[in-house]
Amino acid sequence: MSDNNLIEIKDVSYAYGTRPILTGINMSIRRGSTVAIMGISGSGKTTLLRLMAGVMKAKRGEVWVGGQLVNDLDQAGIYKMRRRLGMMFQFGALFTDLSVFDNVAFQMREHTDLPEAMIRDLVLMKLHAVGLRGAHKLMPAELSGGMARRVALARAIALDPMLMLYDEPFTGLDPIAMGIISNLIKALNAALGATSIVVTHDVQEALEVVDYVYYLSDGKMVAHGTPDEIRNSVDPLVRQFVYGEFDGPVAYQYPSRKLADDLRLSA
Amino acid sequence: MATHKGFSVRRVGAATIDGMLRLGYATRFLARTLLSSGTSFRRPRLVVRELYFTGVLSLIIIIVSGLFVGMVLGFQGYHTLQTYGSESALGVLVALSLVRELGPVISALLFASRAGSAMTAEIGLMKATEQLSAMEMMAVDPIARVVAPRFWAGFISMPLLAAMFSAMGVFGGYLVGVVLIGVDEGSFWSQMQSAVDFREDILNGVIKSVVFGLAVTWISLFEGYDAPPTAEGVSGATTRTVVTSSLAILALDFLLTAFMFRGV
Repeated sequence: MSDNNLIEIKDVSYAYGTRPILTGINMSIRRGSTVAIMGISGSGKTTLLRLMAGVMKAKRGEVWVGGQLVNDLDQAGIYKMRRRLGMMFQFGALFTDLSVFDNVAFQMREHTDLPEAMIRDLVLMKLHAVGLRGAHKLMPAELSGGMARRVALARAIALDPMLMLYDEPFTGLDPIAMGIISNLIKALNAALGATSIVVTHDVQEALEVVDYVYYLSDGKMVAHGTPDEIRNSVDPLVRQFVYGEFDGPVAYQYPSRKLADDLRLSA
Repeated sequence: MATHKGFSVRRVGAATIDGMLRLGYATRFLARTLLSSGTSFRRPRLVVRELYFTGVLSLIIIIVSGLFVGMVLGFQGYHTLQTYGSESALGVLVALSLVRELGPVISALLFASRAGSAMTAEIGLMKATEQLSAMEMMAVDPIARVVAPRFWAGFISMPLLAAMFSAMGVFGGYLVGVVLIGVDEGSFWSQMQSAVDFREDILNGVIKSVVFGLAVTWISLFEGYDAPPTAEGVSGATTRTVVTSSLAILALDFLLTAFMFRGV
């Protein structure tokens, strides 16, 4: 793999039992870029993210992250790789028994021997970066959805990761919170010198933030390009998704018998 | 999981295989927990924190229940013993009942419904809200960080709670027998002292409570970790924790008693 690419995915396939989830995926993600993986629910985009994080292993093909072949890593190797990786979960997944401060400090305390005074400064800096320094004493239950997402972001960047993974970062947020998160994704990527991958189906938000888009459908990579290329795509699958058309290649009707048959009109 | 309609041999077979598979998972889970216990010993504060939740917070229910069970034993024991004119043996009856049987068994049942169900619900919800996945993504093993400290906390607190239960029970028996009814105080205590054997009675009681503690904590943690990540899944797992733990306690109690007291 070339040095410019942090992630390379070569002809990767994955299946649950006999049900294929991903087939023949190829991707290469440049260092420092922000990339979106889009697709409707069930298209396999979260599975792709999990393959990169080593949660699951590809049945076929190669997943390279930061010069390491993830397929070959054992549990210890995976954990070592994950220390350089930050992930923000769909609803934040904050530890509900720990305060905002302790959530952000979690990895520092688990993985480093830093003195408590330094951890304090670092945590407050991370929280400052997401605008929540003043909220460090609150418990997760006291946060709004958008704030929880920002704390999760601060927690994910605690150890300055080389790769940031976002699993549906915009889901269920109001427009203001969405704007904040998308700006943070962009700003933090630049500040950390990291590479970011955003798995999402919030098209318009994502197209504003990212440099490149991969579009998955039914476990296959059907389109990829810059946000403008995607906006102007003539592929009916992509058009339906980007412009939210209610019927198209992805059918509105769940497969069924003829309406007349179901209503017993053709006696 | 395989499901078959109607009653048939296949259905019995499927249920047996499912049960065996679950037992296998549970055993592997226990082995993983024991093997990942290093963190708990290196950072005892993790265990101490859980000791507070499983042990200290169970104290109230254990103390109150122990007191009441002891007081009831005082009444019932006196009623039976006085028929034979041997009410001075009330202390022996109360102490032996508690130390051998009621202390370990009832405190384990209470522990399962108070602390065990809480452990299952907590871990099940941590799983449902992706907190365990988040931990794994941060390169922290949830078995070592979340499960093992709770396991050892349960292991430590159960025998202590059982001892507390028995002590409160003896005190309850004293209140009713001596203070209320007026059994001779000297014979109440002295007969108890001479009749209760350390190895035969107290040690066996402690062994029971240790075994019950292991069983309840194991079941609670496994059910939580194995719970389907939905509201329904967690509530089902919590119920199973209480039901399975209670049955396990009573069945184990029978087995242990059969081994311990067969010659007496």
